[in-house]
Amino acid sequence: MTDTSGTPRTSRKSIHLAAHFPGVNNTTVWSASPRALGSQIDFASFTHLAQTAERGLFDFFFLAEGLRLREHQGRVHDLDVLGRPEAITVLSALAAVTERLGLAATVNATFNEPYELARRLASLDHLSGGRAAWNVVTSSDAFTGENFRRGGFLDRADRYTRAAEFVATARELWDSWPPGAERARAGAFAHHGHHFDIEGRFSVERGPQGHPVVIQAGDSSEGREFAAATADIVFTRHGTLEAGRQFYADVKGRLAAHGRRPEDLKIMPGVTFVLGDTAAEAQEKAAEIRHQQISPQTALLTLEQIWGVDLSRYDPDGPLPDIEPDYDAQLSQGRVRHADPRAVVASWRALAEEKGLSIRQTVIEATGRQSFIGTPAAVADEMDTFVQTDAADGFILIPHLTPGGLDDFVEQVVPLLQERGSFRTRYTGSTLRAHLGLAQPS
Amino acid sequence: MPPLNRPLRLAVAIDGGAPQTASAFVDRAQLAERGAFDFVTLDDSLGQPAPGVARLDALAALARVAPTTDRIGLVPTVTTTHTEPFHVSTQVATLDWVSRGRAGWIVEVSATEAEARLVGRRPAAPAPELWHEAGEVVDVVTRLFDSWEDDAEIRDVATGRFVDRDKLHYVDFESATFSVRGPSIVPRPPQGHPVTVIDATPSHVRATAARYADVALIRTDDPDVARVARADLRERTRAWGREPDRLIVLASLPVDLDASADAVALAEFAASWHTDGVADGFHFRPRDPERDLRLLVDGTVPVLQHRGLARHFYPGATLREHLGLPRPANRYALAREASAR
Ligand SMILES: Cc1cc2nc3c(=O)[nH]c(=O)nc-3n(C[C@H](O)[C@H](O)[C@H](O)COP(=O)(O)O)c2cc1C
Repeated sequence: MTDTSGTPRTSRKSIHLAAHFPGVNNTTVWSASPRALGSQIDFASFTHLAQTAERGLFDFFFLAEGLRLREHQGRVHDLDVLGRPEAITVLSALAAVTERLGLAATVNATFNEPYELARRLASLDHLSGGRAAWNVVTSSDAFTGENFRRGGFLDRADRYTRAAEFVATARELWDSWPPGAERARAGAFAHHGHHFDIEGRFSVERGPQGHPVVIQAGDSSEGREFAAATADIVFTRHGTLEAGRQFYADVKGRLAAHGRRPEDLKIMPGVTFVLGDTAAEAQEKAAEIRHQQISPQTALLTLEQIWGVDLSRYDPDGPLPDIEPDYDAQLSQGRVRHADPRAVVASWRALAEEKGLSIRQTVIEATGRQSFIGTPAAVADEMDTFVQTDAADGFILIPHLTPGGLDDFVEQVVPLLQERGSFRTRYTGSTLRAHLGLAQPS
Repeated sequence: MPPLNRPLRLAVAIDGGAPQTASAFVDRAQLAERGAFDFVTLDDSLGQPAPGVARLDALAALARVAPTTDRIGLVPTVTTTHTEPFHVSTQVATLDWVSRGRAGWIVEVSATEAEARLVGRRPAAPAPELWHEAGEVVDVVTRLFDSWEDDAEIRDVATGRFVDRDKLHYVDFESATFSVRGPSIVPRPPQGHPVTVIDATPSHVRATAARYADVALIRTDDPDVARVARADLRERTRAWGREPDRLIVLASLPVDLDASADAVALAEFAASWHTDGVADGFHFRPRDPERDLRLLVDGTVPVLQHRGLARHFYPGATLREHLGLPRPANRYALAREASAR
């Protein structure tokens, strides 16, 4: 086996694992199992999941962000879990109840300023002894912008130029306290750029990691280029083997142009998992979970998002509506949109016809994203194959239950990955950079 | 002025001194908790506090302290001039969630051109203007706290609804310098509103403090200055239609204790101020946090406890309970109920 730089690989790649707190989407099941009834906001839930991840020797704990409650037909979307804490604050608290686990906050580069955010991230790095990471997201829609002074004026094309300058500026600030600096000059910086024209003295001393780890999530060509130039980790949605390999090769292939090596950037898809004692049991459980994730109401609403018209009079257990969609309507706000609704409608109709599916069944079939379903041994096997064959460097696991959704994985799958020699048996370093095998920036 | 029969409120600053580290903050907060202080404060500013001096984000630092303490209130300084009000509200609400109802915040402005240049969004403005804006920030922040009614989360399996969206509210706030649509992304914090603290020492801050603060600080060691400031604040509070007893005025005193005898003398001094109606309590600002805090906890507080002025333990769990402040009703719930009638 060779890695992407062509050097023969003598040992197995080590899998990197991260835990995603079950957040605001219909992946998170809140309705059925008693174990689903944990709070999405009480600190105890965060403690439980983070401590489970640390028990499993995970690289980091990950929090997503949304800065406005989603809407559908002009009203707050009320079917999914809603309400979450502010990431850097909750991670600062988690630093007290964990010792090694990396702590990753998703924070938007459009609705923040480099000085303030660099300060908060560097503080988290100090308070956690070098475990901070920042997932740079860029959504700039005017809908979210209504909560901010800045508003939503940024063009799509400008999102990544601002994000790139934002990260570069943050790194200038983190570097402004060189080791052994003369006190009189400590923190001095001046950045006169297109998006930011700032100067002064940065108030936080250089953190234990030098720079907090930078994560990128976003899939366009601009997003990939930004990741190749800037990020330490890419968080992707390419959870299948083929799509994963293509994405992996594409992004890793972009690194050399930026003077970087393939191992400088870790590619970690967000994946779900369902475990069972037998393959059949796991499949059955997975089907049950899909049913809970796609309630009759969620099925109709999902269809409305694509059709662009109110479908509330349709029966979720009946056939797809034969009316023409309104492709220009935007019934939902605050969600990532389908690139080509016409193609989606056509494929969903074909799927429903071919298999004789109801609305709910069609949505369940068509939106299925479950990645790893099987016995613990099968799941360990498949995950390892992904990593050893360069479809990924590891995974960000998205459990469907809060907060106990990771328990089984840590108890049943992690030991098997360890037996294979693909996963650490103890933390060898104390910082997130050390877990990831990333160099300390000079 | 009649003698105050309310218990003496006690707060202590844990900044200053040796390098700022998580373990130093934890040690100090735990020590203050042993002394049954109502809350600790941690100062902050956008820029360096003095040339070449580093500091950490105070709110993040006290979030780091929260799981290592049980009862003590946690009150960081939060600046409002350059930060988005929406972010301020989610951060303070989250501190309340992670501390299970022990959060407060000291509202502060950034008045210098040097601070304005750190963010580069707008030039410096005169302090009175910034304090007017800070009041608007407090206003919108508390509206955002209320934008989720307490029972908005329903988890109704029959209808598939996780929340009752009639109990989520747009705040639709617009001022000269910012606007916020809402609702918050964070459910209403445990205290309803975490405790708002304002340093009302400068007279141009008094109007904002009287209108919005739960606790006002007056930096002075002159009892007459404190007495006059307290009377002024209570008068202004009344003029805003608020119950004056809902504003707690603390004298904020620098302390520099060399020995146990100093700690006892401080207790005598504090007791006499309290009896004379000078202040509702004290915010001590130790010069040397390690040494002074130990002397306060082992020397000053026991004397005040012995005299029946200070508590021996925390009868409640939240900072509002420590301070005898009620949990605020939700303005949107009140309005909805009123219109339903
Ligand atoms: C796996 C993944 C996770 C994401 N998580 C978030 C998030 O938590 N918050 C957010 O505002 N945007 C999130 N995004 C959106 C991206 O930041 C970005 O705005 C979006 O993907 C569009 O960018 P693109 O055109 O480069 O794909 C995520 C995207 C991906 C692919």
